[in-house]
Amino acid sequence: MADGQTNGKTPKLDKLDKGPWPSFVKEIKRAAEKNPMSKDLLGQLELSYEDKIGHWKHGGIVGVLGYGGGVIGRYSDVPEKFPNVAHFHTIRVNMPAGWFYTSDALRTLCDIWEKHGSGLTNMHGSTGDIVFLGTRTEQLEPIFSELTKEGFDLGGSGSDVRTPSACVGPARCEWACYDTLKLCYDLTMEYQDELHRPAFPYKFKFKCSGCPNDCVASVARSDMSIIGTWKDDIQVDQAAVKEYEDKGLNIQRDVCGNCPSKCMDWDGKTLEIDNRLCVRCMHCINAMPKALRPGKERGACLLLGSKAPIVEGAQLSSVLVPFMKMEPPYQELKDLCEKIWDLWCEEGKARERVGEFIQRVGLGNFLEAIEVEPSPYMIAHPRDNPYIFYEDYFEEGDEEDEDEDGDE
Amino acid sequence: MAQIELAGKMFDIDEDGFIQDASDWDENVGAAIAPTEGVTEMTEEHWKVVNYIRDYYLEFGVAPMVRKLCKSTGFDMKKIYELFPSGPAKGACKIAGLPKPTGCV
Ligand code: HEM
Ligand code: HEM
Ligand code: SF4
Ligand code: SF4
Repeated sequence: MADGQTNGKTPKLDKLDKGPWPSFVKEIKRAAEKNPMSKDLLGQLELSYEDKIGHWKHGGIVGVLGYGGGVIGRYSDVPEKFPNVAHFHTIRVNMPAGWFYTSDALRTLCDIWEKHGSGLTNMHGSTGDIVFLGTRTEQLEPIFSELTKEGFDLGGSGSDVRTPSACVGPARCEWACYDTLKLCYDLTMEYQDELHRPAFPYKFKFKCSGCPNDCVASVARSDMSIIGTWKDDIQVDQAAVKEYEDKGLNIQRDVCGNCPSKCMDWDGKTLEIDNRLCVRCMHCINAMPKALRPGKERGACLLLGSKAPIVEGAQLSSVLVPFMKMEPPYQELKDLCEKIWDLWCEEGKARERVGEFIQRVGLGNFLEAIEVEPSPYMIAHPRDNPYIFYEDYFEEGDEEDEDEDGDE
Repeated sequence: MAQIELAGKMFDIDEDGFIQDASDWDENVGAAIAPTEGVTEMTEEHWKVVNYIRDYYLEFGVAPMVRKLCKSTGFDMKKIYELFPSGPAKGACKIAGLPKPTGCV
């Protein structure tokens, strides 16, 4: 039998099947009833638990003609025991912005995948893509041609622009400060070459969140985090605030008390917000959605540099541009990205994320090279940090600084 | 390990078809690998890329970064993919007899 030395028994995996939580084991077992790849996958995983070692080889270079990314090669190191997972390549399929599908589209995807692969999917991977788990090299071209015939395309992998992703934004969410779906689609189309033909030192991810709730976790998972924000004052409906109080919300304690910049006050009649100090955290708006909403002058804050811990430690993005309007054709954003890429591609080391690159060359040098003025918004605690040296202070005939509002 | 005959010599190859012993490579071997990567005929332009990659590898022990490859050969990415439809890493490096570039997620 194909399932090697475990004889189809998987006592260790079975333990994961017990207990209150859903388990991937249950899903793979279900798939194994129909598909021998899934069956061998269980067997190999059981063996890995037995041996306390992974049985996948490192890396693999497979793909489809015309593209340098989109397929991640994977081979078993015990193919004689589990021949059905000797090849187990992953395919990334570019998801629609905001993950909106018709049920027809989902069926189409699953049909293609059951025909040519293990049938196992991951909806969705942490890049946001539709992830097809497990197929053989000779199936790649047929899958690719069937997908493209149905209007789908592969996503990014390797050292390229990864498939941009976006929160549902204005499609379902009243807090969206810009059209995340539109931007996501625009970036995907604009950067097709960069997406399919890896030419960077390492990966580059865009994630678009409509507001600082950041539902796609762009601040932690994308090199370029584009997070909706507003410039003017939070919109307040005082009567609706009062209603929250009447229904039992302790506004002073639970809303004002948890405001990180302590810039709110409630006297039982009027909610006052010192918007100059508000850091746009969304807490008060989340707490009283009927009474408060983001301001009217909306756009996005660009943050740069986050990454998971692979080569170096984990890092969050930090502010690069405090506020930018987000309207088609998004030229300002694109110009900035291209400047960053030019510099990073020229000076970055292989497998160095842009966040690591900035740490190596220093933020000051980086900003100078991409021609962005340093600003206090780039510092986590601008009023506390004494280590920033402003040349301006030492020049004769100091000019007035245009913008010292400390606003966002 | 699988074996394959290329230009009259036997080579060990890995699952992805990369030859294991780079020192046994010559241009005939490269030309024999080419069709497996969608390259029907090795023109002068193909050799320019392959030889550049090969020389770089022999000097530095790694494949050049793609951007460097473009700059040094004067070919842009579009041209590189026209020449090598499976791309510089999978196509051109394999034809140049380099070991498999380390995988990445
Ligand atoms: C020690 C072993 C491994 C390590 C350290 C590792 C590490 C990682 C990391 C850091 C990521 C990126 C996550 C992110 O997007 O932030 C990733 C993604 C991924 N890994 Fe692994 N991995 C390992 C083994 C495997 C194995 C054995 C498989 C499959 C058989 C696998 C399949 C994948 C896939 C498909 C993705 C992409 C998922 C997505 O697109 O969201 N990995 N891995
Ligand atoms: C192994 C030896 C030492 C260690 C580990 C050490 C560590 C530190 C640390 C962690 C700080 C705080 C820096 C910050 O908040 O950013 C500091 C500040 C300071 N250290 Fe040391 N230090 C050492 C030796 C010395 C010596 C020998 C001197 C003086 C001769 C000294 C003078 C100072 C001064 C003046 C500050 C305050 C700097 C400022 O706030 O601007 N330190 N030190
Ligand atoms: S990030 Fe903001 S705009 Fe986007 S879905 Fe979440 S709450 Fe709504
Ligand atoms: S958004 Fe956050 S910082 Fe701003 S007023 Fe509300 S709670 Fe305070």
